[in-house]
Amino acid sequence: MSELSLTQHVREEIERWKRRFPQDREQSAVIAALHAAQHENGGYLTTEAMDAVAVYLDLPRIHVYEVASFYSMFETQPVGRHNVAICTNISCMLRGAEKIVEHAKQRLGVGLGESTADGRIYLKREEECLAACCGAPMMMVNHRFYENLTPELLDEILDELD
Amino acid sequence: MTYQRNLVSLNTLNEDRSWELATYERCGGYTVWRQVIAGEISPKEIVDAIKDSGLRGRGGAGFPTGLKWSFMPRSAAGQKYIICNSDESEPGTCHDRDILRYNPHALIEGMAIAGYATGADVGYNYIRGEFMDEPVPRFEAAVKEAYDAGLLGKRILGSGVDFDLHTFVGAGAYICGEETALLESLEGKPGKPRFKPPFPASYGLYGRPTTINNTQTLASVPMILRKGAKWYAGLGPEGSGGTALFSVSGHIEKPGNYELPMGIPFKDLLEICGGILGGRQLKAVIPGGSSVPVLPGELIMSCTMDYASLQQAGSSFGTGAVIVMADTTCMVRVLQRISRFYMSESCGQCTPCREGTGWLYRMLTRIVDGKGREEDLELLLEVANRIEGRTICALGDAAAWPVQSFLKHFYQEFEYMVRNEGRSMVIETG
Repeated sequence: MSELSLTQHVREEIERWKRRFPQDREQSAVIAALHAAQHENGGYLTTEAMDAVAVYLDLPRIHVYEVASFYSMFETQPVGRHNVAICTNISCMLRGAEKIVEHAKQRLGVGLGESTADGRIYLKREEECLAACCGAPMMMVNHRFYENLTPELLDEILDELD
Repeated sequence: MTYQRNLVSLNTLNEDRSWELATYERCGGYTVWRQVIAGEISPKEIVDAIKDSGLRGRGGAGFPTGLKWSFMPRSAAGQKYIICNSDESEPGTCHDRDILRYNPHALIEGMAIAGYATGADVGYNYIRGEFMDEPVPRFEAAVKEAYDAGLLGKRILGSGVDFDLHTFVGAGAYICGEETALLESLEGKPGKPRFKPPFPASYGLYGRPTTINNTQTLASVPMILRKGAKWYAGLGPEGSGGTALFSVSGHIEKPGNYELPMGIPFKDLLEICGGILGGRQLKAVIPGGSSVPVLPGELIMSCTMDYASLQQAGSSFGTGAVIVMADTTCMVRVLQRISRFYMSESCGQCTPCREGTGWLYRMLTRIVDGKGREEDLELLLEVANRIEGRTICALGDAAAWPVQSFLKHFYQEFEYMVRNEGRSMVIETG
């Protein structure tokens, strides 16, 4: 496995992050490296990508796997290219998040944690509060927040995804 | 009663492009930092002023900020760090996101001042990964503006003062809001809390002395020093100085972030937020994020929103995230959802938390599914009690307190559901 399987863009991104840390502390860039590698790979991490990050940062491969599996934003299985995460935590639940989730499941024909057969949309099972509680119910689509959701608004947003 | 809003951490909010350097400076921003650079204020004076102001950590624990700063071995040789905890993820809490988006320079100035006061010339702002689309670029743009204006960097404005500030972006883990888990994460590891002592002030980031403060706490520092410790302390009651950002969510007419004086009566806060959604009756409030004990409506209606009053009522100020529940709320299902959160966010290193949070969620799910047993209610309490106080960090306590308080105040709802095959005592219209 070679670090060369990381694209030029990902390597530049890792270098940009490494500059923020002391010279002997390059390990601090591992989270940023995994974000960049995941983004480049269409929304999930392959073993090959994680191995390449390990080689590039001179870390044991097991360490990179540990980090990738610890944080909820990293997907270690293939998923659809658009990441849709509907918050169902308490503030959103009180404002009808469950109805929004049901609507999304019906519309997309998938359950939580599944992707559409055409690989277009991944409906993430969101456990965490995403800190937009005053705009509940809310969701995050490819890192962007959408607040005060209604079934109609949800349809509109989902339809716009290519 | 009328209250002044946005006096401290969101002071630029009513301005156009409130997040820009020009706006912040027009509102008096960076005057304290310039005085510090000019050598007009000593580190000791800063720490004393923050102590006198009564500022307490707004991230949930409420620890006195000035006291925390005084633990740093300021004059010891070697690298020291100041870290801002913008890993906002306590359910119900969403005000740090607004500071990052609307008043980032207050945080930058606060971090620079805190760094100077504690002897740290490098700072990191740890921002949760889910904020990477809007709050992160907004904050980074502000940092760049500050560098370009010569307010950050080496030998700032020709002085001998250095301060470098970097952004760090996380990747989704509630536990990284715990300060030692945050340090682990910054070092490029899974965010598992460290055993304490040693505390971060002696052994922090990369083993160096480190101070970690919450976003709102640090963003309050410049205004406190500009207007004086006495002014800030006087905004709130004894022991709860200043203002707080209340994130009011749930069954409320006008949800939002409201910066108001500490000690505001709950009923006034409720009125400012337009009252209960749809004119319904108040049932319960979680006053400080999902980790603090729930309070029945009649109890919180006589509380003021400060550390002492909420503690006396059996809860806690927490993060100032006020989650309002109307009479149509099924408390069993709310607790089930809260328990699922702690189960999935437990980092897994302490057995009572790793195993106990799963037990709590599975038992509550059994009750909701109509398969609850009478003895489950006692067992829920027993499991919660066996988690509390037996873990490295406070996540275990945070998982136990909701269970204990929901059962204490709403026992009959749980009992009814167990005895009626999962039917709820309340008709949900949610």
